[in-house]
Amino acid sequence: MSRSLKKGPYVEPSLLKKIVAMNTSGEKKVIKTWSRRSTIFPEMVGHTLAVHDGRKHVPIYITEDMVGHKLGEFVPTRLFRSHSGGGRTERSTSLQ
Amino acid sequence: MARIAGVDLPRDKRLEVALTYIYGIGSSISRELLKKTGINPDTRVRDLTEDEISKLREVIDHEYKVEGDLRREENMNIKRLIEIGSYRGLRHRRGLPVRGQRTKTNARTRKGPIKTVGRKKKA
Repeated sequence: MSRSLKKGPYVEPSLLKKIVAMNTSGEKKVIKTWSRRSTIFPEMVGHTLAVHDGRKHVPIYITEDMVGHKLGEFVPTRLFRSHSGGGRTERSTSLQ
Repeated sequence: MARIAGVDLPRDKRLEVALTYIYGIGSSISRELLKKTGINPDTRVRDLTEDEISKLREVIDHEYKVEGDLRREENMNIKRLIEIGSYRGLRHRRGLPVRGQRTKTNARTRKGPIKTVGRKKKA
């Protein structure tokens, strides 16, 4: 279910404050954040945010198209390294 | 022959149903359309007058996105999701369900026919 429009989009206040401060001072540096639930605001376009994936911070460059999505959508939390596969080779090794 | 938005409508069906043969028009839009144009939904397609056909054509052209345009828009939306590197784009790329459905079983619409992998060997 989507969020009530009455409330408006959610963004971590501390994160937005840092972004706005960077916009006014005109400097650019990577901000680390754990707030995957934050909506990407137009103010964030052009910045690089390091979003936590549960283990480390993954840097994401924000483009205009990403506005309205959540930060977490761009940093997967699960790593899937394919199934063992190759059943034939497995059998031959176990028979030895 | 009633040809609207590049689709031939089946001649013997009720208009309300026949319009749903156009991609992008389902039963609710079809009903809405007929109310707007003031055509009786029970008329058969073969009984339509030229006037009614052109009226339908006009309303569809101006107010609805159908067929090619709609397909193109859908593809653009999917392409956008893939290009910005979002999770939903990833699911589209892999051909898996996009909206959080389970994939342990089912999800065959997206995944296609079953491909058996790594069958367990006998002891």
